[in-house]
Amino acid sequence: MKLRIDARHIPVFASGAVLVLLYVAGCIAFRDRGFTELSVVTDLFRDENAVLGIAGIGMTFVILSGGIDLSVGAVVALTSVLIATLTFDRSLDPRVVGTVSEWLPHGLHPLAAIAIALAFGAVFGTGMGCLIHFFQLPPFLVTLGGMFFARGLAFMVKSESLSIKHPFYRQTVQKVLKVSLTDQVDLPLTAFCFVVLFVVGLYLARFRRFGRYVYAIGGDEKSAVLMGLPVGRTKVLLYTFAGFCSAAAGVVYTFAVSKGDPLNAGMGLELDAIAVTVIGGTLLSGGVGFLAGTLMGVLIFGLIQTLIITQGNLSAWWTRITVGALVLVFILLQNFVSAASRKTAERQRAAAHAANET
Amino acid sequence: MSGTANPERLRRQWVSKLLWPVVALALLAGYNLVATEGFFGLRWLDGHLYGPSIDVLKNGSLVMLLSLGMTLVIATGGVDLSVGALMALSGAVAAGLIEQGSMSLGVLLAVALAVCVLAGAWNGLLVAVFRVQPLVATLVLMVAGRGVAMLITEGRRITIRRIYEAYDQFVFIGNGFLFYLPVAVTIVAAMLLATVLLTRKTALGMFIEAVGDNDTASRYSGVNARVVKFAAYTFSGLCAGIAGLIYASNIRTADASKAGMFLELDAIMAVVIGGTALTGGRFYLLGSIAGALLIQMLTTTMLMHGISSDEALVPKALVVVAVCLLQSAEFRRRVAALSLPIRRVAGRRSAP
Repeated sequence: MKLRIDARHIPVFASGAVLVLLYVAGCIAFRDRGFTELSVVTDLFRDENAVLGIAGIGMTFVILSGGIDLSVGAVVALTSVLIATLTFDRSLDPRVVGTVSEWLPHGLHPLAAIAIALAFGAVFGTGMGCLIHFFQLPPFLVTLGGMFFARGLAFMVKSESLSIKHPFYRQTVQKVLKVSLTDQVDLPLTAFCFVVLFVVGLYLARFRRFGRYVYAIGGDEKSAVLMGLPVGRTKVLLYTFAGFCSAAAGVVYTFAVSKGDPLNAGMGLELDAIAVTVIGGTLLSGGVGFLAGTLMGVLIFGLIQTLIITQGNLSAWWTRITVGALVLVFILLQNFVSAASRKTAERQRAAAHAANET
Repeated sequence: MSGTANPERLRRQWVSKLLWPVVALALLAGYNLVATEGFFGLRWLDGHLYGPSIDVLKNGSLVMLLSLGMTLVIATGGVDLSVGALMALSGAVAAGLIEQGSMSLGVLLAVALAVCVLAGAWNGLLVAVFRVQPLVATLVLMVAGRGVAMLITEGRRITIRRIYEAYDQFVFIGNGFLFYLPVAVTIVAAMLLATVLLTRKTALGMFIEAVGDNDTASRYSGVNARVVKFAAYTFSGLCAGIAGLIYASNIRTADASKAGMFLELDAIMAVVIGGTALTGGRFYLLGSIAGALLIQMLTTTMLMHGISSDEALVPKALVVVAVCLLQSAEFRRRVAALSLPIRRVAGRRSAP
């Protein structure tokens, strides 16, 4: 049987090929600098990459529906600051003032704070989704407003970065909640959060009606309405999920760095998340794309960073240039693919027409 | 909605679109007149005008410049995310060349601007010829442009020191005064005048609106949609380049990591506040300028009331959402539907 590849899958295969190519190239070039070790692979799933990955999951859903979410980075900053202030124990450091510690002298338990932060992210997303759906506002502007709002709110809650000293963070997260693969290599909690949320996203996208609705709305919203799909509910839920993912990325950020930071947390994250989604082969016009592609996009992003750090001589800014170039290559590839599939469809239609004539 | 070719109606639309941002601006100015002490106080120092209202003009000049190019790009139905990164790029190129000291100021500014024009042309090429979505096409330079700027400055902040030959003239751009006003404001005025004349006194403006309204229809009626789009992005690159030079000159530093950060979003916001819809079509250059001034006045007002510029993001967000809501046909319809029963009741009462 001849192997047939759906045109929609080509970009995902391409990102897979880039990923493998980068890894193999790294292994060959930097064999003597420990690139072949397991830790290089596990590093791709932890800390900053986990934050980016979780943000990318939400972003993929939003982009699949034909929208965009610019508020991701700001929500990460806001949740990190919320958790840091809510868990803040005033008795440990009485010099810090101007937090909620006035009416919560010993702070909340981090788990409660995390629950509040996640709920807040979801509600925030719902609010944006409602504005987008009920008033037919462009997602670009609404989430831009959301970005300003969340970042400003983060500064209002706490204007400087505040480290989290609660024993849950210092002990449980850092030392207990992790799996040791070998003596030196272990998978921290951040990597697990990433993997779990990815699986949840995959389940929602592939095995729930919700996922199909999202694809349908992204493909053609008017058709989705005419087919009787619950477009409004899906769109609002979609932004709720995206807000939840952003908040989860913020929680993972606090796991990774043990602090809340209104300024640096999630700075520019929304753009990186869009970039990895595009590199993963998702069309920005919506309707076409796969979460697995986004995962590969995140891994490619992380791998480029590792390569540049391992190489040693290149400045870190080459990461941005390479990512920009990759985005370019992938959008050109997508253009090519969509043009090709359009031609195929036309040819099929012409053939069917000719068959009818005879 | 803008389908009619009746010139009288188009003119009225122009006025009504400009109304909202100007009313908002006037309200804010009125508030400042009452509640902010010394907001309209002008001082005359060394033959120059100083005061918070002049600061609004001067600090708003960057977003005003960016919004000029952004208006035309948005009018063609696109968006340019790369302007912030291009600002960083032009500043970095100029500062790098000044540091080298091998070129005269005029040549060096021309080179910096040429780089940005080329970058804008690149965006235009991707959008117009390769038909890449504008959001993604300009995302490439937004991500990579700042990286290139960092490479040029080698990751440093290049301080423009007094010892460099071109110091006085270069610093003049962002700090000097021309016709009693800051040079930056004069540049904005000149660019605005040129853009308005170019788009409204020639057919170019109509071409842009035709392309933004309906790409295919404009092509069939003989407008070269590709060239129009290409030109819009190139112009946006030029505006970003000028803004980058003003910024670098003003702070006497090329800071590739901070220059123009998030200004692309401010510029888009200014354009939308000014009445140009993100879907393309009719555009309002004066509206965009009013929008940019509104954003800047909001920031300055809050600074004078002791609210930090970071916290000022929250009211800014509320303004964005409020303006979007006001312009949303759906929102207007819902408000009208809400007020309908009230009007009906009122109507019955007044009836005999």
